Amino acid sequence: MSSTAAIAIGSAHAEHHELGFWRTYIFSQDHKMIGRQFLFMALFMMAIGGLMAMLMRLDLAWPDTQFSFLRFFPQSVQNDSAITAATYNSTLTMHATIMIFFVVMPILVGCFGNFLIPLMIGARDMAFPKLNMLSFWVGAVAGVIMLSSYFVPGGPAAAGWTSYAPLSAVPIYTGVDWGQNLWCISIIVLGVSSLMGAINYITTIINMRTKGMYFFRMPLVIWALFITAILLLLALPVLTTALALLLFDRMGGTHFFLPAGGGEPILWQHLFWFFGHPEVYIMILPAMGIASEIIATFSRKPIFGYRAMVYAICAIAGLSWMVWGHHMFQSGMDPELGTGFMLSTMVIAVPSAIKTFNWLGTLYKGNIHYTTAMLNALSFVAMFVIGGLSGIFMACTPVDMYIHDTYFIVAHIHYVLFGGSLFGIFAGVTYWYPKMFGRMMNETLGKIHFWITFVAFNCTFFPMHILGMGGHMRRIYNPTQYDFLKPLEPINMFISISAFVLGSAQFIFLANMIWSYFKGEKASENPWNANTLEWSAPSPPGHGNWPGPIPAVYRGPYEYSSPESEADHLPQWQVVEHATAAAD
Amino acid sequence: MLEYMYFPHDVSTFGPQIDWLFSLIFWIVVITWLAVTITMAVFLVKYRSRPGRKAEYIEGNTRLEVIWTSATAVIMIVLALMSRSTWAEVKENGPPGQVFYNVTAKQFNWEITYPGPDGKLGTKDDVTVENEMHVPVNQVVRIDLASKDVIHSFFVPNLRLKQDAVPGRVIKVWFEATKTGTYAIPCAELCGFGHSGMQGTLTVESEADFQKWLKDQYANANQ
Repeated sequence: MSSTAAIAIGSAHAEHHELGFWRTYIFSQDHKMIGRQFLFMALFMMAIGGLMAMLMRLDLAWPDTQFSFLRFFPQSVQNDSAITAATYNSTLTMHATIMIFFVVMPILVGCFGNFLIPLMIGARDMAFPKLNMLSFWVGAVAGVIMLSSYFVPGGPAAAGWTSYAPLSAVPIYTGVDWGQNLWCISIIVLGVSSLMGAINYITTIINMRTKGMYFFRMPLVIWALFITAILLLLALPVLTTALALLLFDRMGGTHFFLPAGGGEPILWQHLFWFFGHPEVYIMILPAMGIASEIIATFSRKPIFGYRAMVYAICAIAGLSWMVWGHHMFQSGMDPELGTGFMLSTMVIAVPSAIKTFNWLGTLYKGNIHYTTAMLNALSFVAMFVIGGLSGIFMACTPVDMYIHDTYFIVAHIHYVLFGGSLFGIFAGVTYWYPKMFGRMMNETLGKIHFWITFVAFNCTFFPMHILGMGGHMRRIYNPTQYDFLKPLEPINMFISISAFVLGSAQFIFLANMIWSYFKGEKASENPWNANTLEWSAPSPPGHGNWPGPIPAVYRGPYEYSSPESEADHLPQWQVVEHATAAAD
Repeated sequence: MLEYMYFPHDVSTFGPQIDWLFSLIFWIVVITWLAVTITMAVFLVKYRSRPGRKAEYIEGNTRLEVIWTSATAVIMIVLALMSRSTWAEVKENGPPGQVFYNVTAKQFNWEITYPGPDGKLGTKDDVTVENEMHVPVNQVVRIDLASKDVIHSFFVPNLRLKQDAVPGRVIKVWFEATKTGTYAIPCAELCGFGHSGMQGTLTVESEADFQKWLKDQYANANQ
């Protein structure tokens, strides 16, 4: 019934499509434009976050060295053309904050969530288009607030993206005053943006699926975005609360996290990680969904164990609420509690393993096409396996005692967040680019970008495991201050050089996006011969997504190489005589 | 094997158990990784697209699904249970101590308080030294770890020991060093602009050398 209503609204929209420049491109309520806006904002932020990473690697290879080009950066980034202890702490804080909150989340959730959900479930738009527009613009304001902290006295926040109190709660401890306040405010504002998005996604998916699009006919990326939206809805209020308390401590004279007034520093860590661990899965589940779509399409095979994949997503989401304590094994939390969290953390490996084995099963006896999107999706799987396996070391409490707060952890998070989420993003952008912009991305440039990124990524982050095993602490700006780290210096140098290659290679991706926008081969409706519903709409789809009625759905999303069809794909919307009866 | 991977040599009584667990996980991980990666590589080559080929229509296999789910679950839970006893030994109870210190972290030093000639902590004759920790070899050392300002983390790579120092709390830490020598005590938790470079030294020495050093400290304190 709701889909009928959506059809009626959609055709009403289609009648007056003269919206003018502002309402089409800037204050757009169209889910596709909002998706693109999130993408552009995140790419801009990625340039800044990436630059911060380059500055950190520059410093770690040549600590306390003056570089004349650094003088072009604001005083909060460099001091007398060198990166100092204080600016290094701001730089690492802003790198992580920007990459997590303003790059990975906006692309995976903001861009793909907005762009794909209505198109893939068969809806004209989101349930609440105005709320959707507001969600983007509130997010953009949060970004402006975050970046403005570079220009206040004392510079941006310097207490790490985890902002452990009391370091973050008292200005004199970091020497940063307004930077940290703005950091809190920006993320509170961003939380409001994400909440609006989450409510919209959940409502849209529950109410606006087209005829025949049962829950168990939804593509896995929609399942992943659906579960991610639920996690966002439940996790973000916890972070917002914690940030508000931190702001009160900083500005209002309260002592929630300050022991001097009876507060408890570890309370911050409990609140932060109660949000923070679901957050980790918020940043990986959509990428898992993207990889599933692409691997099925280019293996020309149904996803192996579709239902097991759905249950695994739900299990990961459920367990993600019970593992936050594994970030706090050495924090002074009751060690017996540590044992409990070790057990729940070990258990969360199970659904992750299920997903990996099912991706392998999907490749088995497939007919694998090596497109750029497929290469990136396969790399997602391979890198996620390494990131997942290295997680077992730190799940084990006694081993974590040694590797906690070392580069082993830095290696692990980057295998999951760069090797996982970011390769998922490269795969997704390449795969849906034709639908987003109506043109194909250049395959040659795409493959050059992929191979350089793949090699440079592993050269950058794999050796960090070895640094960690050598006891190299994270978040130190000058490893040469420690005698026991001396043998590791050549590795640090090697990592930095690899990181510069990795950073530079991203310009190829950007160039490919820009070049393809103007010169790319025009995309047909279904350039990959894929099955899911978005490929039945024009490339790019107009306002209301389908010029005619919304297609109905007759089968699951992965009927590749089905015996029912001559071709190697059988789209969800295609009518086959005996299948029509089943849909009714 | 671990010494080839830049592991600092171990000088604590519980270190070998931690290194053993690390090696155990290492081999589980390496074998799993090889199995997954080789399988993936074989599939990628064998099932690459060629003209005239069609993929086989396979939707899944419940038996396989059950096998790999339960196998993973069993391995992970067994691993957690095996790790439990080491963790409990290091962090929950530990042996009764012979040597007692207070270690108080502050931006950006470790303050180490030794009991005075009366052998008791918390009396007027206690001696506090910055960043220099001396302990007798082969004796259980018990520390009351605290912090004056922000969270720091007491990390001795050679002991495989790490424990956050939290303001407002006193956390009990113990270790027993088995080899004489000097080892670094870096701070492992971001604690402000001086975090990088915050380190003390742990000197493990014979009982006689330790007593001599302690006497020197008493003498210095009385000057």
